[in-house]
Amino acid sequence: MAAARAHDLRTVLTGDDIARATRRIAHEIVEKAKGASDLVLLGIPTRGVSLAQRIGLAISEIEGIEVPVGALDITLYRDDLRLQPPRALESTLIPAGGIDGRTVVLVDDVLFSGRTIRAALDALNDVGRPAAVRLAVLVDRGHRELPIRPDYVGKNIPTSGLEQVHVRLVETDGADSVEISSAREA
Amino acid sequence: MRHLLSAGDLDRDAALLILDTAAEMAALSDRSVKKLPTLRGRTVVNLFFEDSTRTRISFELAAKRLSADVINFAAKGSSVSKGESLKDTALTLEAMGADAVVIRHWDSGAPYRLAHADWIGGSVVNAGDGTHEHPTQALLDAYTMRRHLRDGTGALEGVRVGIVGDILHSRVARSNVLLLQTLGAEVTLVAPPTLLPIGIEQWPCDVSYDIDAVLPNVDAVMMLRVQAERMQDAYFPTAREYSRLYGLDGERMRLLPEHAIVMHPGPMNRGMEISAEVADSARAVMVEQVANGVSVRMAVLYLLLGGAKELGE
Repeated sequence: MAAARAHDLRTVLTGDDIARATRRIAHEIVEKAKGASDLVLLGIPTRGVSLAQRIGLAISEIEGIEVPVGALDITLYRDDLRLQPPRALESTLIPAGGIDGRTVVLVDDVLFSGRTIRAALDALNDVGRPAAVRLAVLVDRGHRELPIRPDYVGKNIPTSGLEQVHVRLVETDGADSVEISSAREA
Repeated sequence: MRHLLSAGDLDRDAALLILDTAAEMAALSDRSVKKLPTLRGRTVVNLFFEDSTRTRISFELAAKRLSADVINFAAKGSSVSKGESLKDTALTLEAMGADAVVIRHWDSGAPYRLAHADWIGGSVVNAGDGTHEHPTQALLDAYTMRRHLRDGTGALEGVRVGIVGDILHSRVARSNVLLLQTLGAEVTLVAPPTLLPIGIEQWPCDVSYDIDAVLPNVDAVMMLRVQAERMQDAYFPTAREYSRLYGLDGERMRLLPEHAIVMHPGPMNRGMEISAEVADSARAVMVEQVANGVSVRMAVLYLLLGGAKELGE
């Protein structure tokens, strides 16, 4: 059964698609923020951090200034902690300039229920008071359970609740791709 | 992991998970809002039958930083001084809905009894029992060594640690030996023969009576407190002699390698096992040990209480 499911993988974004999407998101962020001077990018571990670094690099190529990029671990703010065994924590790294008065762009790989982003907003609250918070995701697969929507989307991928979205990035997985499998369990 | 009773119960992965989690907790403690919502609605009882300031405050702060409710239960002035048994105290705490009990008891094995007697459903954390164990102290010591030694890479394999003093009555020494052995460090215990427990040759460590021979070969030296009440028990002739033979003064400190650190679980007896010069020197990491204690206890409470309870509860 497991082997049969492995063949069910359907590629929805190739490495080139991902590169184009991150570059476009970088342009959109700069356009909306009218520059990059007050921006802070915070990735949600683990793949959100890699994406945030890529977007940050693209923005600095466009605007010619360094954009602070950090990481925001949301494990301790999750609403499902009591439903699973304790999870190991990931690193949180807030850039030296802090986030007060700046425009924070949260970056994650997949937007699904929206609960991760709710936790991230709670975590941000304990770090400081940004002027605005935006959300960039590589894939929006729908099925929101909270009133949260992304500002920048790499690709909207309508999925059924039974499908799984697999984002693979060079930094963590050795290659860039987004695939969908129809597995019914993890 | 449901309870933390002995440093010996932790395998390498479990110990490293606690230490890595503690590092993340420490990073979060640097910011202006130090509180995390993780244990909201959980109740932690500090059940302290024996006096302790720093361990109790450390656990209290750790629980509060994770938003747990904390109840401090000291044996003095409680129903225990009226003769209540550990069982009845435990049943009372259970009725009040304690999710975790942090226990310090004068009897070795009291936390084990509390955890295994089916009196309470929550987690039990050993905060020091008699002359047996003090696992969170060993964890914070290991955490402190990871930060200071091997350029902060966190690898303790092959690190050499000297533990000097009253090994016989020390729960800190036992927990440290067990944990450091798990993490691959090499421990040498240094004490007069009268202050070494029977069966010490079974412990996974070396033993020496000569502190001057050990100091040049260690990366960290841990000085243990000599308790005043032991003086009457004739374990050594005079405090002065003990201090001369086993105390760490400035001259002895200079025998240590350049990078070595000096540790002490506290409270210190300045002038007895450690001189003021050493205690105030740049190598002494006692103040940091206290700060690290909070991070390590946050990690332990998170890993015990932060997830789902085991099935069947």
